[in-house]
Amino acid sequence: MLRFIAKRFIETIPVLLIVATMTFFMMKRAPGGPFDTEKQTTPEIKAQLEAQYGLNKPVGQQYLDYLGNLARGDLGPSFKYAGWSVAELLWAAFPVSLELGCYALAFALAVGLIAGIIASLRQNSAADHIPMFFATLGICLPTFVTGPLLILVFGIMLGWYNTSGWDFASDRVLPAITLGLYYTAYVARLTRVGMLDILSQDFIRTARAKGATEWRIVWRHSLRGGLLSVVSFIGPAISGLVTGSLVVESIFQIPGLGRFFVMAGFNRDYTMVMGTVLFYAVLIIVMNLLVDIVQVWMNPKLRFEE
Amino acid sequence: MNRRFQISVWFAVVCAVVATAGCGPRETRVALGNRAQILHKGNGAEPQDLDPQIVTGVSEHHIIMALLEGLVTEDPVDLHPIPGVAERWDISPDGKVYTFHLRADAKWSNGDPVTANDFLESFKRMLMPSLATEYAYMHYVVKNAEAFNTGKLTDFEQVGYKVIDDRTLQITLENPTVYFLSLLNHDSWFPVHLPTIRKYGQPYERNNKWTRPGHYVGNGPFVLERWRVNDVIVVRKNPNYWDKDRVRLSKIYFYPIEAGDTEERAFRSGQLHATDTMISGKIPVYQKNHPELLVNDAYLGTYFYRFNVTKPPFTDKRVRQALTMAIDREAIVEKIARGGQLPAYNFTPPATAGYTARAKITPDLALAKKLLAEAGYPDGKNFPKTELLLNTAESHKAIAEAIQQMWKKNLGIEVELANQEWKVYIDSQRTLDYQVCRASWIADYVDPNSFLDMWLTGGGNNETGWSNKEYDQLIGDAGRETDAAKRLELFQKAEALLLDELPVLPIYFYTHVAARRPEVKGWYPTILDNQPTQRRR
Repeated sequence: MLRFIAKRFIETIPVLLIVATMTFFMMKRAPGGPFDTEKQTTPEIKAQLEAQYGLNKPVGQQYLDYLGNLARGDLGPSFKYAGWSVAELLWAAFPVSLELGCYALAFALAVGLIAGIIASLRQNSAADHIPMFFATLGICLPTFVTGPLLILVFGIMLGWYNTSGWDFASDRVLPAITLGLYYTAYVARLTRVGMLDILSQDFIRTARAKGATEWRIVWRHSLRGGLLSVVSFIGPAISGLVTGSLVVESIFQIPGLGRFFVMAGFNRDYTMVMGTVLFYAVLIIVMNLLVDIVQVWMNPKLRFEE
Repeated sequence: MNRRFQISVWFAVVCAVVATAGCGPRETRVALGNRAQILHKGNGAEPQDLDPQIVTGVSEHHIIMALLEGLVTEDPVDLHPIPGVAERWDISPDGKVYTFHLRADAKWSNGDPVTANDFLESFKRMLMPSLATEYAYMHYVVKNAEAFNTGKLTDFEQVGYKVIDDRTLQITLENPTVYFLSLLNHDSWFPVHLPTIRKYGQPYERNNKWTRPGHYVGNGPFVLERWRVNDVIVVRKNPNYWDKDRVRLSKIYFYPIEAGDTEERAFRSGQLHATDTMISGKIPVYQKNHPELLVNDAYLGTYFYRFNVTKPPFTDKRVRQALTMAIDREAIVEKIARGGQLPAYNFTPPATAGYTARAKITPDLALAKKLLAEAGYPDGKNFPKTELLLNTAESHKAIAEAIQQMWKKNLGIEVELANQEWKVYIDSQRTLDYQVCRASWIADYVDPNSFLDMWLTGGGNNETGWSNKEYDQLIGDAGRETDAAKRLELFQKAEALLLDELPVLPIYFYTHVAARRPEVKGWYPTILDNQPTQRRR
């Protein structure tokens, strides 16, 4: 097991290097630069500005400089947010996105699993169709529809929650639901299919014949096998959830990571683009590794290939 | 069994909702703020920084106005220069030497006195080539400032700033500049506390940490208390401010809310006293239901299209004139922009520092058709394929679609719309890789020069390829003219020439529409949207 994990970690280094290299050169190919603004400054001032950030050097040299700094753990200063470094901005925003992501995930799992299990136990009844209808709706409805809708109802009409902000515990509820809804729907559908698959197997019939209760059949016999597909979906989903979403963050005014991912590109904030991409890459790699480990634990059919 | 299970699930959900809803505040932020004299304000984009010499945006300026104060400030009502750190000033008879007398009680937030040398050191930092400040050119009116900033001169002693004594600062200009005092309200002229800047990094390089809460030393009515990126910036009253008795607010919360819908909802639910903007879709709703909450102030800027005069058919003046005449600006303002904007029949907004252009574009359809026919395109026949370039945004698209229709209906010309992402669009504009493109211009200072000197040959913000010797001469003469009336007359001639040549198609003059609660008093509209904080309550 340890050898497997160590091997996977060593494999990440070339992957990250390739990600960094591709991002760097693709970014440089994009027209416009970090200091192009609607109001043009004088060519002299622009040249000074580019010199300050080393953008006057040949691209190859800039790339090597960046890798050198990266090796020392320095992600560089943000070009857009002049007073901050990329690492500072990411580290300040990540806990917020992580927290929100965890709530959204908890919501998705709690509601999605329950709905999926109920639906699978009462296949083709109202208890199946109604949750599955909502699940389809949840997958189809984008967050920029559900978010404002939830705010309108619970924030403005009922006045139960603040419409935006990240100050009180209650400020977590609506964004977590908005962000989690899509995943809830997915989890519900995957759970239903996985459970149906297991519930139709012989050993379940045997268990039923032996008089096992419904609870026992679900918890003891079916869940572990029925949730394998949910687990493989959840791994990458977690990386997506905890790195934030631009849409949810702007709707609810949350100081998370999501907007850096998108805005860094628009701003041509080169160091921030690199920082966010690498951060996301590391997160995905770690999550996939964790999923692999969990899956092996859940499914005895899988064996490590040495 | 199963039913009981379902019931318990629903019970749990209801409990969770009720429990979390109960954690919320009982009273709105606005209500709490009203009692504690705290202003909650939407402030647009997250500030790049709070270093007045590095920032370039309006949202930064709103906060910096609370943290720092320049030599003069402006009267919040009519914007005439009033004493700031300088309690009075003398101007030499030739209009080139300004002597500022600093007040004795001006202090930094750490208690140090604000001296003439602080201003000198700040201006030196502003012009240091290594700091690469984008607004350094705001100082170019000062003798030798441009030479020092571009590295042609290395001796700062020769730049036109001189400390006479601790409380007297003399500034010598290249040319008499009538709008000089109004420049001083710009971030680039605010003092910074060099000892603090030295403490937290290299003074003449970027990425200095001095602008963090706890580090920031300013001389304005407020001091920086908290800064959480993309969340909030809090400033509290500065007990060391010389005019503190007039400052009524105890704190201001600036929220960097970029999404207009989010901001409007926050305002509606009592989380904000004032918004930064108002989405155009909501303006009619407020006009109908809550006109008392809507504020609509003039804003010194022009929304226009550029013609690339280096590419046919726009090399032909008659084509540019025909296209400019054939649009219905009233309809655009009333039906699409909907923020009370003023249709623009010239380029400089009316009443800019006492200047209103006499020359106007006449929307004459018959003449437009005739001009187009003379240029060789009767009823738009054989008119080359033309693209109208926009940066991606719904508001720009709606206006462009209307203009596209107007040109088609009035002149028989087919134009295609092309969207580009912001930086790509900026790049296309700069490299003249477009035919017609959307643009806007917000003045840096209150003077017609801020609108007219951009069309000089080869000017960085010209971006149309247009060049006219006579125009260059007129603007140059205006820059040297000391007589105010004669100077404005030169601008009249220049603008008349610009409107005859039309490298640009003016569409409307901006307004600034926002929502504000009636409890907020003493907030005067300013055409640069400067939002001075001293007198607000």
